[in-house]
Amino acid sequence: MALNRSSIIKRITIVSLILFIILIIAILAALAIGSTSTGIMPVYHALFDHEDANAMTSAIILHLRLPRALLAALVGAALSLGGLVFQAILRNPLAEPYILGISGGSAIGAIIGILMGLSRFPGVSLLSFTGSLIILFLIVIISSGHSILKKDSLLLAGVMVNSFCSAVIMFLISMTQDSRLHNIMFWLMGDLSLADVNQAGILAAILLPCFILIFLLSNSMNILLLGKEMALTMGISVKVITLTLLITTSLMVSATVSNCGLVGFVGLVIPHILRLSLGSDHRVLVPACILGGGAYMVICDLMARTLPEQGEMPAGVITAMIGAPIFIFLLKKSKI
Amino acid sequence: MTSSIKITNLDYYYDDYHVLKNIDFTVQQGDFFIIIGPNGSGKTTLIKIIAGIFKQQKGDIFVFDKNLQSYSRKKLAQKIALVPQMISADFPFTVKELVLMGRSPYLGLLGLDKQEDLEIAKQALFFTGVEEFIDRRMDHLSGGERQRILIAKAICQETEIILLDEPTAALDLAHQIRIMDLMEELQQKKNVTIIMISHDLNLAAMYGNRLLLLDNGKIASIGSPADVLTFKNLEKTYRCKLLIDKNPVGQYPRVNLVPKKFINSSSFLRNEDELTSPTMHHSFRPSLPDLKVKKF
Repeated sequence: MALNRSSIIKRITIVSLILFIILIIAILAALAIGSTSTGIMPVYHALFDHEDANAMTSAIILHLRLPRALLAALVGAALSLGGLVFQAILRNPLAEPYILGISGGSAIGAIIGILMGLSRFPGVSLLSFTGSLIILFLIVIISSGHSILKKDSLLLAGVMVNSFCSAVIMFLISMTQDSRLHNIMFWLMGDLSLADVNQAGILAAILLPCFILIFLLSNSMNILLLGKEMALTMGISVKVITLTLLITTSLMVSATVSNCGLVGFVGLVIPHILRLSLGSDHRVLVPACILGGGAYMVICDLMARTLPEQGEMPAGVITAMIGAPIFIFLLKKSKI
Repeated sequence: MTSSIKITNLDYYYDDYHVLKNIDFTVQQGDFFIIIGPNGSGKTTLIKIIAGIFKQQKGDIFVFDKNLQSYSRKKLAQKIALVPQMISADFPFTVKELVLMGRSPYLGLLGLDKQEDLEIAKQALFFTGVEEFIDRRMDHLSGGERQRILIAKAICQETEIILLDEPTAALDLAHQIRIMDLMEELQQKKNVTIIMISHDLNLAAMYGNRLLLLDNGKIASIGSPADVLTFKNLEKTYRCKLLIDKNPVGQYPRVNLVPKKFINSSSFLRNEDELTSPTMHHSFRPSLPDLKVKKF
């Protein structure tokens, strides 16, 4: 029998390697394709062979496309991992930061920060984190008590919280008169076009420790899925681990929202596809979601900036157009 | 004999509701201990307190003479395993993944299993007779198969005590007897202490060496099946008409339900006698043809 100490590690390694290659291909495609120049050779020149490089093209690739692709990869990774964690803790395959209103809560915080004229980091990010924690707290209160396992009541609570958040966001926007309006609107719909290297760096510095922490708790997540009481009798400190996971996830989600607005459904689509193909072991799913979600978001952003004939659209539009039908399909398929 | 579980003066309140009142008993190592009682008598609460899921407001629980509160979660999971009635199948694990989770109290944070852990898991699956399902998904199995896999998980946890909350409640007759035989084998071959909740008084009579009858949060009776399953005890706690005779299989007390239409049928049930001298009911037999059942 193949399963021994090295076999689960082997499985994690193989899955991660394949998805890492896909992520690299997606990033290369994002570097190669664009309105000014298309092709893999300029990318090669810009990255490795500076002598043959066209200065203008190299600048576009290195200073516009590269930070944007990296930012997209980080955002996709954080959001799909966030979806995976919420699905495990709430034991609901339809849970997702955007659907539950967690993203909306952090958007409110972020907009208040922007309107107050705070800098993106740390002011806006902190308010955004606070917003997401408040909504998280609200969702946990609503869904605990008696009906945490009832899919419909949890989702309904999420939809209502999300509508409330949208209303507050609209209210805040309608109070805004000046030129920031267009920026806020565009940012809200999930916009990656303003990416720069610093921004990607700060986001990476916040997200990477979160990724590691969640991976370390991945086996506990497996056991939590058997139910809270079973987990307790199998040596898991349910409260500590649940709380750690929820707060870490809120931090990840609010960090991405304050950077690039509301990008919905990534946390639904990627964990679902990966679970279908890889099974339920979270020790495999956590790295797979990070790499696969990253690749997915890079491709969605690439589509967002190449599909329109002129200009571009927010990446959140693409993810919602793909994700919402999948959500409906999943809801229809689930027996409850 | 050493005690596996010792409970002293235990009280448990749920909000203002006094669920368990002054519970005091001891379970010896290797007992097949069955908790019976009407709905709402506190059986599940009691087993959850022993499992460390709920915490009592008053009294102490000793697991192998050491206070339960002084165990870490992981150490307690190495002493006591729980078999629930069922688990959710929203996230379908394979049988192998699930049974190997039983090893997690012995493994590190990531639960990386060694070859020997897999051997233990396979032996547990073999013991419960479901080794051929090792690569199947939990949600593709029947209720009886799933229950045996949950028992295999508990065996894989290698604890000296296994708690079961009505493991046979949703199963057909063949699966019920299989699960009970399995638990008896475990108790006798491996000297595991079995603490089980059961609604089936006849199964409890046949398998338990000690029974605990709970009534409204209090111990109504504790002892051997013959001591506990008496007309007097059961009529008082269950508040319905019963007829207790000897089970032709193995001479255990047998509890029969009496439907309303037969309660006044005097040829069938002599009510007055029962109430005045309850001890008679051990020998009391209905005037029905004597059923001879082959011993097997």
